[in-house]
Amino acid sequence: MTTTITPPETRGPAAAPVSNSLTAGKLPNGASWMVLGGSVLVSAGLFGVIAFSGAEFNWVGTFVVAALVYVVTITLLSRIVEGSRRATDRFVTALVTGAFLLAMIPLISLSITVVTFGLNRFDAEFFSYSMRNVTGEGGGALHAIVGTVLMTGTAALISIPIGLMTSIYLVEYGRGRLARGITFLVDVMTGIPSIVAGLFAYALFAIFWGPGTRTGIAGAVALAVLMIPVVVRSSEEMLRLVPVELREAAYALGVPKWLTIVKVVLPTSIAGITTGIMLAIARVIGETAPLLIAAGFTNSMNYDMTEGRMQSLPVFVYTQYANQGNPPEAYLDRAWAAALTLILIVMVLNLVARLVARFFAPKYGR
Amino acid sequence: MNLKRFAAPAVIAMTAALALSSCAANEGGSGEPAASESTLSGNLVGAGASSQDSAQQAWIAGFQTANPDVTIDYDPSGSGAGRDTFLSGASDYAGSDRAFNDEEIAAGGFEKCAPDTSVVELPLYISPIAVIFNLEGVDTLNLDAATIAGIFAGTITNWNDPAIAATNEGVELPDQAITPVHRSDDSGTTENFTEYLGAAAPDVWTYEADGVWPFEGGEGAQGTSGVVDAVTNGTGTIGYADASRAGDLGTVAVQVGDEFVEYSPEAAAAIVDASPFVEGRDEHDLAIELDRTSEEAGVYPIVLVSYLIACQEYAEPENVELVKAYLSYMASAEGQDVAAESAGSAPISDSLREQVTAAIDSIQ
Amino acid sequence: MTTAAAPIRAKQRPGDRVFSKSAVFAGSMILVTLAAVATFLIVQSIPALFADGEDASILDSNFWAYVGPLVFGTIWAAALALLIALPISIGIALFISHYAPRRLASVLGYVVDLLAAVPSVVFGLWGIGVLAPAVQPLYSWLVDNLGWFPLFAGPVSGTGRTILTAALVLAVMIIPIITAISREVFLQTPVLHEEAALALGATRWEMIRTAVLPFGRPGIISAAVLGLGRALGETMAVAMVLSATGAVTFQLLTSVNPSTIAANIALSFPEAYGINVNVLIATGLILFIVTFAVNAIARWIVARRAEFSGAN
Repeated sequence: MTTTITPPETRGPAAAPVSNSLTAGKLPNGASWMVLGGSVLVSAGLFGVIAFSGAEFNWVGTFVVAALVYVVTITLLSRIVEGSRRATDRFVTALVTGAFLLAMIPLISLSITVVTFGLNRFDAEFFSYSMRNVTGEGGGALHAIVGTVLMTGTAALISIPIGLMTSIYLVEYGRGRLARGITFLVDVMTGIPSIVAGLFAYALFAIFWGPGTRTGIAGAVALAVLMIPVVVRSSEEMLRLVPVELREAAYALGVPKWLTIVKVVLPTSIAGITTGIMLAIARVIGETAPLLIAAGFTNSMNYDMTEGRMQSLPVFVYTQYANQGNPPEAYLDRAWAAALTLILIVMVLNLVARLVARFFAPKYGR
Repeated sequence: MNLKRFAAPAVIAMTAALALSSCAANEGGSGEPAASESTLSGNLVGAGASSQDSAQQAWIAGFQTANPDVTIDYDPSGSGAGRDTFLSGASDYAGSDRAFNDEEIAAGGFEKCAPDTSVVELPLYISPIAVIFNLEGVDTLNLDAATIAGIFAGTITNWNDPAIAATNEGVELPDQAITPVHRSDDSGTTENFTEYLGAAAPDVWTYEADGVWPFEGGEGAQGTSGVVDAVTNGTGTIGYADASRAGDLGTVAVQVGDEFVEYSPEAAAAIVDASPFVEGRDEHDLAIELDRTSEEAGVYPIVLVSYLIACQEYAEPENVELVKAYLSYMASAEGQDVAAESAGSAPISDSLREQVTAAIDSIQ
Repeated sequence: MTTAAAPIRAKQRPGDRVFSKSAVFAGSMILVTLAAVATFLIVQSIPALFADGEDASILDSNFWAYVGPLVFGTIWAAALALLIALPISIGIALFISHYAPRRLASVLGYVVDLLAAVPSVVFGLWGIGVLAPAVQPLYSWLVDNLGWFPLFAGPVSGTGRTILTAALVLAVMIIPIITAISREVFLQTPVLHEEAALALGATRWEMIRTAVLPFGRPGIISAAVLGLGRALGETMAVAMVLSATGAVTFQLLTSVNPSTIAANIALSFPEAYGINVNVLIATGLILFIVTFAVNAIARWIVARRAEFSGAN
């Protein structure tokens, strides 16, 4: 992309040496890799010497020092050979790449931790048992998985029609003050802290069923409050991508507006909308705080959304960690196994969403 | 085409249907024939302290196994909520980290109970609270109440403080800062620990007993697990937690009288026996006035006592037998052992059990 | 506004009427829901606002003295997180949009998005078990060597569970959000602007500075605000990681840290009863107002910037 052509050096001997960054020298192609290798070697050598004198070999230190050495060396080298503009460019390239690698550290560390600890109890019993009458070892999270599916499903059933119709309103019908107001409030709703949604659902159902009531439906309502704005936002984006020409063609054929929307606009954007909905589900399925407050936790299977507390996977992780019994390892293992399950579910949802988007995407737009 | 719109909910609905059709392997109960001769049946609802939740789960598991037609739900909504729920008649029994106080008893109005009758309060869950620390090379320390209070109040800040050295001859104490760790959530453990500090070292510890740590100092950690983790992962840390969770951490032997007592189930049960009942209560209201300053031999004063609260006389007779059977099970040696195993509580002594049994028998 | 306004009034059919009515109804449901959230929170909060230590055991004097330090902690932790996350996120977004090989870019984007898929409890477990012990030696070093700097004043926490660790966890949680939006915006930079800059001999960084960043600025701001909103409301990770004692202090590395509203609710709610519940709901209302205000200000900034930015 950034090839600059260096003109051949054909200046006369009389010409004064002009410092021109465009024509200045250029570091050889593999220079940055060589500098990187050198930095790592220097750093490893340094820490190797320290390790030799008794201390443990410091991996983190090695990488940090290597990165610093690299940034300084490449910038200096480039400044000497290529001039200040290119030096800045190389410096920024190193920083930007470094930022990306830095963000990989927590991701890798997290994945390793979750997988190593999670696999301890990732067995058949974990997926076929609840925690009822289980103390200590054994038991499983089936009740939590069922609870998560029921509550997230109900939340989706509430929020998808509302969210989709709202986005249709905003794109196809909305004019004037109401539409502007709704757009603004959807933005505000996006910012509702999840725990506030939980408190709302708790307070709402406390009115009907008396204080202290925690039910699955309350958890679902809390999740729906969090989910609706995400669905509206993503569906709105997708509906706006549908070309006006398609609508106009339908109108020109005398198709009523509502039929145009149902038969033309929605089918065209269905892939994007589905993706958005999947991502919205993935977003709320990992919510802990609202469910802890609104749906509580239990050790038994509960299929009844309107009666009794309902366990969910994130809350299961939390309670297994927070209320450890004897032996504590059994509880921690269950917590990590549930965390692994949850991450896998969310990953699959994400992946499916992306595949849907790729295979069913309309042939225009992004 | 329109169907596609419902793809996501359809997937979920299908998953839900699959899940619904497969019951948890350990539930359902209709499978195994009931081997017991139990004739008890019905539904009991309890609510209250989360501290005794693991014990309750173990008791419920044991009791439901012996009486397959019985279902017991214990809602660990917290002591205060548990007392309120019981007062309003929404539960058959309550679990609480403290007994009803005199005013609440005098006010009465227990909806579930027969008019003008009072309650039975049974100290069935005794949990020793260990003072745990993480100090390299030191497994146990002898400390008196004033020193413990000083450490947690932030007036003793280094492990080589003379006050610590005075009671630990021969232990090599490092020159290291002390990080006291306390619970950051509202808990009965904190309430009992601060009550002990206030009673045993009133000069150093001037705060009132409270479930919330009373001042801004030291390190806060969430729940028993958080405290144990913080103490384990830190250096020079000290904290307090349910004794069952002390694990490999160093523990403090507390000065009682002239000797230093390590926590043990027997020593924890002993403090309950060494303490008087609250005066002016009904015969079967076994609320205990814990004597934190007791100097009797072999008692461990830092304990959490959690009560089971039931009516002396129920307004409706339907659940009386069930309540009595369940309470008897919890009080029995078997029940106490089950709780000790799963929750690390201290089994009550035989002498206390006699009084408890008498109280349970008097329930109508 | 991509729909063409039909100049000729179309004939209204029953299907149309039903459909448009239900669309309006759904839109109104948003209004109703938000109004309901606000109303319920306010109604439940009123008893708390006038309560004192007598009525609610968790209050020392009055409600405002209770919520003050929490508001401080909430904003302080979120601001720290944003400070850490914003430069890194912009870096990642640039890396994916302008530095990484085209083929790799979408995969890398997915990898970063994976971070967003991790539930907050898992971040909490990770923060306690892995991150806090890992950064504690660094904190000790900072306090020993840079202790004169007020933010790094000692005594150092023995466990590493300080507000800086909580902010780090929060930063990891909001990085994917900020990255995703910034990346989208950077990719939408008009290719002609970029090519023009390169054709004039600009280096890659100069091209980014003159073409990409000015174009993406409103997007970056709104991404940052979304991240800030998430950080303000994040509950479980903070509750599990932070050693919260309720103090008001700017020190980053001691075990005495302010708590946040959301974490405090999660910590106190399970044992709360009576008027204490109302107090906690009232703190939730305050949190709602704070996030509402942050969002509103940010939208206003973005809207204003958009008018002047000109690039489109």
